[in-house]
Amino acid sequence: MLSVTNLTAGYRRDHDVLTRISITLTPGRIVGVQGPSGCGKSTLIRVLALLHPPRSGDLRLDGETVRRFRYAAPAAQRRRVGVVFQHPRAAADPRHTLRRIVSAHLPAGAPGTETDRLAELVGLTPDLLDRRPHEVSDGQLQRACLARTLGADPRYLLCDEMTAMLDASSAAALVHLIKAQVEHHGRGALMVSHDSALLDACCDETVQWHDLGGPPAAPTGR
Amino acid sequence: MTAPPLLRVEELSVRFRLREMVVRAVTDVSFELRPGRLLALVGESGCGKSVLASTVLGLLPGNAEIRGSVRLYGNSARGGASSPSSASGPPDGLELLTASERTLARHVRGRRIALVPQSAATALTPVRTARSQLVETLRELRPDIGDRHREADRLAGRVGLEPAALDRYPHELSGGMAQRVVLALALAADPDVIIADEPTSGLDRPLVERTVDTLRELAGDGRAVLLITHDIAAAERVATDLAVMYASRIVEQGPASEVFDDPWHPYTRGLLEATPARGFRPLPGHPPSLSALPPGCAFRPRCSQRDTCTGDPALVPVAPGRALSCARLPEEGRGARGPLTGSEPIGERSC
Repeated sequence: MLSVTNLTAGYRRDHDVLTRISITLTPGRIVGVQGPSGCGKSTLIRVLALLHPPRSGDLRLDGETVRRFRYAAPAAQRRRVGVVFQHPRAAADPRHTLRRIVSAHLPAGAPGTETDRLAELVGLTPDLLDRRPHEVSDGQLQRACLARTLGADPRYLLCDEMTAMLDASSAAALVHLIKAQVEHHGRGALMVSHDSALLDACCDETVQWHDLGGPPAAPTGR
Repeated sequence: MTAPPLLRVEELSVRFRLREMVVRAVTDVSFELRPGRLLALVGESGCGKSVLASTVLGLLPGNAEIRGSVRLYGNSARGGASSPSSASGPPDGLELLTASERTLARHVRGRRIALVPQSAATALTPVRTARSQLVETLRELRPDIGDRHREADRLAGRVGLEPAALDRYPHELSGGMAQRVVLALALAADPDVIIADEPTSGLDRPLVERTVDTLRELAGDGRAVLLITHDIAAAERVATDLAVMYASRIVEQGPASEVFDDPWHPYTRGLLEATPARGFRPLPGHPPSLSALPPGCAFRPRCSQRDTCTGDPALVPVAPGRALSCARLPEEGRGARGPLTGSEPIGERSC
C-alpha cells in the first residue's frame, strides 16, 4: 500500500497548499480523485511520488515510513512509484528520440528488445521510435511517457491529468492501458482529474477532493 | 433564409515541401462561416486543424504551397458599424490567399478575423500586465477610442473577467483568467470572424464550458465562429455545425445536432465512441503521418468496415446540409434520398 495520513504540504512558508489530506492506494485498484483546477491535486501527486517533502503527515510505502525525498530517497523506494504528467511535451526532452525517452528508466545494459517490448505495450509502432517529440502528436508522446514510467516497473502509478491535453481517442487508449496494467500486473493507480465522466469510466472508486481533507475516519496504523 | 457567409473556404489544399518529404496538411477542404453560426472542426491531434487556421490568417511559413480560395466578405447583418476597417469591401469578397501582407496586417488580422490562440498563458507577453497588452492592442486597432482603459475594463467585463485582474502579470493569472484575457484581446476590434484554435486545452471542465459558451454568445451577436478543438464534449455543447477532419481532409460535415445524433462516417462514429460518455472505446491504431498518407481513403487501415469497402475518399453531399467522404454511404442516405448528384459544391449545402 501507498498511503498518506494527515498530510500537510506547501511551497511558501506562510501558506499550506494541502491540509490534513489522507488517501490510500492499493495494488490492483484505481482510485480517482476529482477536483477543480488549483486545488492542490498536483502537489499531492508530487508528495506521493517522493518529489516534494511534506510539512507534516505520515507517508507509508509498502509498510515503510518515507522520510527522505527527491534524490535523497532510496532508489528502491523511488522506483516503486511512477508518475505520468499532464503535459507530455514538458515531460520529454525535445532532443531525444522516442526510443531514448522510452528506455530512460530501464536498467543500464538492458537489451534493446526491452524498449521494443515497452513500445509495443503502449501501442507505439517501431517507426515512431526513431522520431523526436516534435515529430509526433501529443497522444503518441504521452504513450511514450507512459512506456518510460512502466520501464521502472513501478508498483504504483500516479496519473496527473494524464489525458487533459489529448484527443478523445488517445485519452481512451491511454486509460485502457492503465487499466490493463492495474489488472494484469497488480499495480495500484491514482488517477487525478477534473473530468468526472472520465473517472467514472475507469476507476474502482472515485473520491471528491474535499472528502480527502480533515481528520481521517479511522486513524491508520501508527 | 440563411445569411450570406462571412468567410468561404473552397477546395483549399496546403502542402509543405521539405527536403526529404512532402507534408500534406490540408487537402480539398471547403466550408463556410456564416453570421450567428459556430462551426466546430474536430479531429485527432496532428490532422491539420491548426494549419487551416494559420492559412486563413496568412500566417503560414514561406515553404507552404497553397491551392484553393479563402474569401472574406463584409457583414451586412452587423452593418460594418464596428470599425471603419470592417466596412464591407468588394461584393465578391477579399481573396485572402493572394492578399498582400500589408492588407492582411492593416485590414484583416485582429480587425475582421481574430484568432484566439492555443495555450493562452504562453500567448501573452510574460513581462507586461494584461492591461498594458490590451491597451496597446486597442491603441493599434481602435485609434478612435479616447479612454482606452475604460474600454479595456468593458472588454474584460464582456468576457467575464474582473477588471482588477487586468492589472496582473500573466504568471499571476490562472489558466482560465489567461484564457479570458486572450479572448478580450481578440474582441478588441470587434471582429466579424473569430477563429479559436484549441482554446480550451488544459482547462478544467467548468472553464471549458465557460469559454465555449462565451464563443457561442459571440456567434449569437452576429459573428461567425470557427472552433477548432479535439474536445468532443465542448464541440457538442456549443456547435451549430460540425466538420470532422481526418488526415488532412474533412470526412464528414453537417448540422451539429444531426451529426452527433447520427454519425455516418466510421471515423466520426469511432471518435464519438471514444468519449467517456459514449463508451470510451479507443480507435485502433494511429492516424497516418501527413507526410506518408496512403492512397485513397486514409482512414481505411483503421476502419471497421474496410473489408467491404472500395475506398473512394471524395467528399460528396449525401443529404440536405450533410456531406460525407466515405465509399460506404449510409443506407438511409442513399435509400431515402434517391441518387446523389455528387457534383454540388459542398459550400452551398452546409455550415
